[in-house]
Amino acid sequence: MAQRESVRPGLERAGAREVSLTIPVASDMEIVATAQVAAMGEYIDMPHDKIDEIKLALVEACINAFEHAHTRDDRVHLTFRVGRDDDEGPEYLEVEVFDQGTGFDHEIVEVPTPEKTFGGKKKRGWGLQIIRSLMDSVAITSGEWGTRILMRKYK
Amino acid sequence: MSESCKIQLERRGDVAIFLTDGYINNQGGEEIARQAYAQLDAGARALILNLEKTRIVNSIGISILIEVLEKVMDRKGVLAFCSLTPTIDKTFRIMGLAQYAAIYPSQDEALRAVATAG
Repeated sequence: MAQRESVRPGLERAGAREVSLTIPVASDMEIVATAQVAAMGEYIDMPHDKIDEIKLALVEACINAFEHAHTRDDRVHLTFRVGRDDDEGPEYLEVEVFDQGTGFDHEIVEVPTPEKTFGGKKKRGWGLQIIRSLMDSVAITSGEWGTRILMRKYK
Repeated sequence: MSESCKIQLERRGDVAIFLTDGYINNQGGEEIARQAYAQLDAGARALILNLEKTRIVNSIGISILIEVLEKVMDRKGVLAFCSLTPTIDKTFRIMGLAQYAAIYPSQDEALRAVATAG
């Protein structure tokens, strides 16, 4: 796309390949945030199905933060990045979801299964599983300072 | 700004078809459940959820749809989904919904299938 190529080198020099957004812990704000995924995904011509997968992963990460983090500032801080691992590699869209909440140990979170969900009382708790299934890489760091989820999907 | 899910209901004999439009979260899921249970109480044997105009269903919305599916199965009814985006289809498979409910590419195919099921 000629127009985009003429614009991008200047943007890259200006460090404009990262966008930050802070959303309040409030109903439906996760959907507002997905608009940025669409914009960044379209910026790198990512297929729409992949953009939809990142949108859902972001929705799940935001919902987890809204419901479980008990954030000190009632905010969730989002950063959207596009880039490549190297000059020849495929472009990726990376989303960082950071909350200043109480943190959690993601290694002891019970992994849900359809067998436990159907017929059982506990139907929730699928957020992390969905994020891991939809994204190419997911890194979670958490402590008393809060939680950071870094998730990436390649074009 | 409202992202609430709109639901259009169509009844064809003992089949109730729900066409959803928008984000299915907890509120959207609960509204689908409310209308689905009303249709079951009104004699519907099969329910079809057409998600053609929905692009995101979050895990809470899906967990409510699973409750609807369990209730339909308890009543020996049929629940089918149709016109899912690839992402929704994938999420339904991750959560196991696809193991218990039929998924069809189009509403016509879902209607043909539920007409002979049950």
